[in-house]
Amino acid sequence: MVLKIFFPQCCVQAESGLLIGRWLPKHNSAVVLAVIHFPFIPCQVKQYLCQLQNLIKLELAIVGSWSKAVKGQEKQDNFMEDLCTIFPQGDWLQMYSEKGKRGFDCRVIPRNGTKTMNNDKNVVIIHYDQRKVMLSQLHPADGLVLGSQKNVSELTMVFQTVSQSKELFHSDKYDEGPFKVTHWQSEGREASIIIELCKQASVPVCFMINCFLTVWFWMCKSRILNLWPARFVSSKLSTCVQLSHRAEQLQIMSNPRKTSEHLEFMRKGNIFLSFLIDLALGLLLISWLYRENCIARLADMLVPAADRVAEELQQLLQWLMGAPAGLKMNRALDQVLGKFFLYHIHLWISYIHLMSPFIGMILWYLGLSACLGLTIALSVFSDIVALLTFHIYCFYVYGARLYCLKIYGLSSLWRLFRGKKWNVLRQRVDSCSYDLDQLFIGTLLFTILLFLLPTTVLYYLVFTLLRLLVVLFQGLFHLCMDLINSIPLFAMGMRIFRPYRLAAGVKFRILQNDKERPLHLLMEINPLTFSAVLKWYRIPTYSCYPKDSWGALCKKLFIGELIYPWKTKHTKTD
Amino acid sequence: MSDEAFSDINGNRISLDCQRHSDFCGEFTVSSPKLSFLKVTGCTCALWLCAYTIFFFTEVTEVLSVAIMLSLVGMMGHLHFLKIDHESLLVIGSLGIQMTSSYASGRESTTFIEMSKVKDVVINEAIYMQRVIYYLCILLKEPLHPNEVGDIVPVFQSCKPRLNCLIEIYKQCQEILAQS
Repeated sequence: MVLKIFFPQCCVQAESGLLIGRWLPKHNSAVVLAVIHFPFIPCQVKQYLCQLQNLIKLELAIVGSWSKAVKGQEKQDNFMEDLCTIFPQGDWLQMYSEKGKRGFDCRVIPRNGTKTMNNDKNVVIIHYDQRKVMLSQLHPADGLVLGSQKNVSELTMVFQTVSQSKELFHSDKYDEGPFKVTHWQSEGREASIIIELCKQASVPVCFMINCFLTVWFWMCKSRILNLWPARFVSSKLSTCVQLSHRAEQLQIMSNPRKTSEHLEFMRKGNIFLSFLIDLALGLLLISWLYRENCIARLADMLVPAADRVAEELQQLLQWLMGAPAGLKMNRALDQVLGKFFLYHIHLWISYIHLMSPFIGMILWYLGLSACLGLTIALSVFSDIVALLTFHIYCFYVYGARLYCLKIYGLSSLWRLFRGKKWNVLRQRVDSCSYDLDQLFIGTLLFTILLFLLPTTVLYYLVFTLLRLLVVLFQGLFHLCMDLINSIPLFAMGMRIFRPYRLAAGVKFRILQNDKERPLHLLMEINPLTFSAVLKWYRIPTYSCYPKDSWGALCKKLFIGELIYPWKTKHTKTD
Repeated sequence: MSDEAFSDINGNRISLDCQRHSDFCGEFTVSSPKLSFLKVTGCTCALWLCAYTIFFFTEVTEVLSVAIMLSLVGMMGHLHFLKIDHESLLVIGSLGIQMTSSYASGRESTTFIEMSKVKDVVINEAIYMQRVIYYLCILLKEPLHPNEVGDIVPVFQSCKPRLNCLIEIYKQCQEILAQS
């Protein structure tokens, strides 16, 4: 069995002393954490270790001794060996660097005291960067939950040991203490003033946001807003949905509890950054909109555009009422449908003209919503598009309803035609004997419906295409919003600027290859790939898309069901 | 330490470099041939000729600049994401197995599998198009049932050395695994 010693790089240059570390249970390996320098009093060291163990809940021990070759000094081999009797815990590692040689040697003295000198070839010394290992977070490859306690592998244990012994790294060489310790922070503790200030500032900010949110949620819960029409409308307007999503995110972010878990911390960071980016983009949009009075020009353009769309629609209807593409339609039905839709458009145009004096002002105030973020502005715009193309939606619904009725009628009459019927109780098609009258009427209706079908199909087809165009346009906006809402910018930035913080695993490099001495390996941190970062840290968003596949969508279009906004079906079970 | 010439499944020459750092640590590197100059020149010339033909008929100068940009970006993309220069397998007894593939641009992608997850290293036979090829693979343990084989991780996926090369690596791997 090979003995593995994880040795911090910062201790290679340390003066002689004792090695503090931990034997990993069940694995034949030791993690060295720090070096205690001479001179020390053994009982003080033991006391210090006891205090540390209480603090960090790990079984720390003196795992061995470390002696550095210094000019004009005798080897202290015997003295170092004697030390192992003072600290009788596990095996004793005796590590010493020699003058003029790279790397260092290691000798293992087992607990029972018998010297085994020949096993130093079976030792691997793995150098690791203590700072990086302490700060990094391992992500298991098989997608298990972070930090689950089952089946902890050796490397995970090494990472845990180093990251849990933060308290050990708190003392630096300027501290007054009974002895000096070398570890990664022994030259001075690492901290950032900006981060500390931000931490201090975050407390009152969080408190204020929380107060604001309580008022907001109280307003949302008020009775007027929970009446049926208000609730229905707000669930269909993407602005309201986006606003409530943002409010929920703010609530998560401004949670005053201190985050200890890595995933929660990352989620807060991601939400915060996506919020900031959203706000910045929104302010940019506002500065562009209001600087050169773009918004007034936009308002001036909007009414003629809506007029133009209505005119085009009128022309389309006129064309459909004649002989579109040379098809011969049922003239009477064609005229009825066409006139119905034309009247609808007429209503729409007069409504728009009624609105036109106020549109500039409405847009001006709505444009201010962009200061809440680009996503809010986008959703407002998407809502405006939805409201301005409401007539297209109406046409689509009428066309789809008519078509749906015809298709259902035809299918049931087709069953009658074959002498069958749909048994509702058993949910299947049964055979049935009809009277002659029934058959006659049924066949007559079937023929009428069949001959009227092409006209309806044409109207349905045209309006469905128009509706799909609008949905596609809105879908683009929703896609942008979803992108801003869900991209984990904090995790991405961390991956770019501090790649060791998010570790997918480790990688090893051969440091020294000397047959006579133990093998030296360098353990480096293997950062997560970007796709894995996306997979782990994507911010969950509300889904504004139907879950249908393309096939299901085509089927829905064929039988004339409404595609978007869809109705939630309640399946009856009895 | 040895450096020998073998061939991959398509008959191209590859070289195998075995290094034993100690009794329980070995590194096996398979290097595939470098990108051939003729192929690169051929592809670039073909692209530029196409662009020139389009330019000749349409007289749009953007076509030429787009073609140049395209060839440059394509070359860089090929070197950075597709062309694997050498693949290496580092077996460290009782610690784990590390697979590294180095791309022609210098990018390295590394996977390390801990020894506690490794069940065995074997040579497998596979049907590949209309041939039967051999490949070295690492058998992983099923996380919940340690006695069963879970996933299979193929090694040297881009170089695809022939059987005689694989046997050489396999023997040394087994030697190391048996010692630890």
